[in-house]
Amino acid sequence: MAVVSVPKPSEESNSKVKTIGQTNTITLRISRSNPSEGQEAAFSEFQIPVQKWTTVLEAILYVKQNFDHSVAVRYSCRQASCGSCGMKINGKPALACYTKISELNSNVVTVEPMNNFPIIRDLAVDFKQLISNHKKMKPFIIREDSEVTPESKEFIQTPQDLEKFLQFSYCIKCGLCNSACPTMATDTSFIGPQGLAQAYRYVADNRDKGKDERLKIVDDSHGIWRCHFAGSCSQVCPKGVDPAMAIQLLRGYLLGFRK
Amino acid sequence: MAERLSNREGIKGMANPTRYGIERVAYWLQRLTGLGLLAYLIGHIYETSTIVNGKIAWDKMLELTQTPQGHILLTLVIGMCVFHTANGIRVMLGHGGIGVGKPGQPEYPYKAASLNYKQRLCIWVSIALAALAMMYGASVLFGD
Repeated sequence: MAVVSVPKPSEESNSKVKTIGQTNTITLRISRSNPSEGQEAAFSEFQIPVQKWTTVLEAILYVKQNFDHSVAVRYSCRQASCGSCGMKINGKPALACYTKISELNSNVVTVEPMNNFPIIRDLAVDFKQLISNHKKMKPFIIREDSEVTPESKEFIQTPQDLEKFLQFSYCIKCGLCNSACPTMATDTSFIGPQGLAQAYRYVADNRDKGKDERLKIVDDSHGIWRCHFAGSCSQVCPKGVDPAMAIQLLRGYLLGFRK
Repeated sequence: MAERLSNREGIKGMANPTRYGIERVAYWLQRLTGLGLLAYLIGHIYETSTIVNGKIAWDKMLELTQTPQGHILLTLVIGMCVFHTANGIRVMLGHGGIGVGKPGQPEYPYKAASLNYKQRLCIWVSIALAALAMMYGASVLFGD
């Protein structure tokens, strides 16, 4: 286990995270592993100076800049739009760029790769299954007259029609929901809350005509019936997509509660 | 090995009721009480089947249930049964899309509408009903 310290920590490491402008020092524990080379997970610890607005991603990047550039982490936009930096922060899946260290109320921050995804290295996980399940849901409008011609008219949609699916279209495919899902923890073939919520997003769209096709896909032993409404997916969603609601509404179609 | 490579939490993660609020606790309790009731059902079938071995065997088996341990077990069964039924009704309705809220424009801090106060209230009511039923059951069983 590597323990690296900042040359001049401004305060004692076990004091509370402080107010605006003040610099505090926290311990950042990063899970390091490389399964393809048979390397088991072990934690590296770093002493990081943080301020009230410092995010977990900034702390990880501080490690890369100052102590160990080999830490593997995927990130891009730094503003919760790209869905790249999902990881387990103090045991709960969250976006590193969207989680301030001061919010965690702890001087020890542990970051690990998201569960239910194969690890590529350190904090970077493989999204192959998530993307493949997303594609299976046919995430596009299905209708015969989708081609725009000079004779065709626009698809009219009222604000009420839009509201039925809009929140589910905010999914950034960060995978936090799949990581928190208790069914994903045990069922390797489960579609997962991300895919099921996207199926509902298109089923609820009044321009779409592919409802029956999608319902056939999710009506599977590893599909919608494996969801037991634990709600953990919605707890961790950073965009307010609420996959648990989408799944229950989608199941309503299969159970005959909705038309 | 495969589980390690896929980094799945496995049964340990599924059975961990912490981290995700009362809804996950309810999920865990529902599973636990389901397994408990299944075990009771098997035990109950075994218990009643002793009647085919004659009156003496049957009376012996009945004596077992009339012990303090037997009463505690039955009190637990009452609690499991009530919680599983009450929470099960909530979950079944939720599965049909009833009581899970309406889709709308999400606003920061993005509180999930499906995890609304009605759902939480139903979970607490299920727990309270189970506790009340257990208290009543215990008072009857231990009353004499």
